Amino acid sequence: MKISNMLKRNQQMQSSNAVKDKFRQSDTVAVNDGPKIKVRKNGLVLAILSVLLIVIFLWSFTVGRYAVPLPQLLTVFFSKLSGQSAAWSDALETVLFNIRIPRIIVALIIGAVLAASGAAFQGIFRNPMVSPDILGASAGAGFGASLAILYSLDSLTIQLVAFVFGIIAVLMTYLVSGLISRRNNSVLVLVLTGMVVTSLFSAFISLIKFTADPNNKLPEITFWLMGGLSSIKPKNIPLILVPSIIGIIPMLLFRYKLNALSFGEEEAQSLGIDTKKIRFIYIICATLLTSSAVATGGMIGWVGLIIPHLARILVGPNYKFMLPASILLGGSYLLLIDDLSRTIFTLEIPLSILTAIIGAPFFIYLLYRSRSAWT
Amino acid sequence: MILEVKDASLGYAKRTVLSNISFEVEAGELLCLLGPNGVGKTTLFKSILGFIALKGGEITLGGQNIQHWSKPHLARAIGYVPQAHTPPFPYTVLDVVLMGRIAHLGPFSSPSRNDVKIAEGSLDRLGVSFLKDRTYTEISGGERQMVLIARALTQTPRILILDEPTSNLDYGNQVRVLLQIKKLSEEGIAVVMTSHFPNHAFLCSPKVALLNRNGFEIGMTDDIITERNMKETYGINVRITKLSDNHGAEIKNCVALRN
Repeated sequence: MKISNMLKRNQQMQSSNAVKDKFRQSDTVAVNDGPKIKVRKNGLVLAILSVLLIVIFLWSFTVGRYAVPLPQLLTVFFSKLSGQSAAWSDALETVLFNIRIPRIIVALIIGAVLAASGAAFQGIFRNPMVSPDILGASAGAGFGASLAILYSLDSLTIQLVAFVFGIIAVLMTYLVSGLISRRNNSVLVLVLTGMVVTSLFSAFISLIKFTADPNNKLPEITFWLMGGLSSIKPKNIPLILVPSIIGIIPMLLFRYKLNALSFGEEEAQSLGIDTKKIRFIYIICATLLTSSAVATGGMIGWVGLIIPHLARILVGPNYKFMLPASILLGGSYLLLIDDLSRTIFTLEIPLSILTAIIGAPFFIYLLYRSRSAWT
Repeated sequence: MILEVKDASLGYAKRTVLSNISFEVEAGELLCLLGPNGVGKTTLFKSILGFIALKGGEITLGGQNIQHWSKPHLARAIGYVPQAHTPPFPYTVLDVVLMGRIAHLGPFSSPSRNDVKIAEGSLDRLGVSFLKDRTYTEISGGERQMVLIARALTQTPRILILDEPTSNLDYGNQVRVLLQIKKLSEEGIAVVMTSHFPNHAFLCSPKVALLNRNGFEIGMTDDIITERNMKETYGINVRITKLSDNHGAEIKNCVALRN
């Protein structure tokens, strides 16, 4: 970072230099060094973020109730890998493989996919204030879960119903906005329709809460919606892992093209991008990701909004680096939040409360930091 | 390689904006499009760029109808320079110019070292290499316009289309950008641009297309920009004068009159 700043300053000084030859010379030097340094710097940041993720991952085992010390954890991992017989208690085995590992994995995935969807949507909708639930995925999934809880379905079915309704909500947004704007296929109409669908499903959620039994169903629904991972079991993993992998691979593959979309529909087309196709791919992928995340962990806000901003500060707006950085940061962030949620008090704090309490001041800080860009 | 528009009817679903438009632009030729607001200059551009479908006739590039060309195919042949504006994210100038390589990249790839060289070459060609590491959202309007031209050149197109390249620029930058465009056309690229100022055509363009309520007229600049045509097109009185520049070359000037 320091080196590139120095280069920049150096260049600005040179550009005001009247001696043309000298200016040309030093300019070509910068031309040769600039991009390489930038790529190397961004590669380094991604490597550091990966290490950070691994550190937080390991640390997560050592905190909270039934904490597993690091040496013991590593012994268990290596014994499992080499197929040696168990030299630890059954209680540890149960805690580790039925509770702790599933929860840590799910927290990591949810954070990563919410951040990835937020980053992609901010580019597609050319707006840094967009979060992944803008097209209704979150409200739809919330409605599905509430409905499933109302009918006393088991946790796996709740997850499945929520996932399906998240997709239905976005499908509704997409089809209705398609009917309204027909040929123009305007992004603004899509976003406005998303708002309508979101408030519609929010009303349905309220309706379910209103009719739910206030002694057991209503608190259950309310707590589910606030987000939490305390009830995650190994059987919940496939329904988040599979859609996440299916959704995140195309996102990563096409990510360089996303850059052009943030210059607007026609400009992106003139650069050779089939904007309709790219936008469709990203909306499908982000919907898969967001629906499965909300279906598994409840409505967790703020992650998809602030993590892409943080990633942009660290590696710049180019999606080639920014999307992987968002994924790594998002995973680390939500894992840390979940660790906090189960360690601060004896009673677990719902995730959406923590993400908002931490996210709000952080976002204010971001606004303050980049105030010149917002006014 | 020539751009040829044959009997084209242009417009949107329910409204035809222009009909029976025919013209051609050769490699190395510069065509300036003049006409009042709302007459269809932008519609014509959008049709050539494939943003909207033709309602009749055809547009060909090197004899091939472009109607069914894919977006990357079109982008490799036609470079588009929109009016300078700011995107929501602070890309560096090099990042912006590199996006001109998208049409040449595979579906999953990002620019290679060679692409970076081409992008830097475009900046160099326009004499703005010093902007390379600056933030695109923080440079001046004139510099942004140059960067967008550099991005279009990075597409290595055979035709350059510029939508009012001088709007929002100060007087000096207007002239500098126009002379740069003239230079590019002399280097062999076919250029089509729009402008609101007849003097811009006198400065850089030997050929002019005039769009007004009476239709479409194309010809040499001296024949098209006449006092009568300006009155008919813009509804104002002008006087066209001749001056000679420092080298004795003649340059025409269109002056608006008070009455």
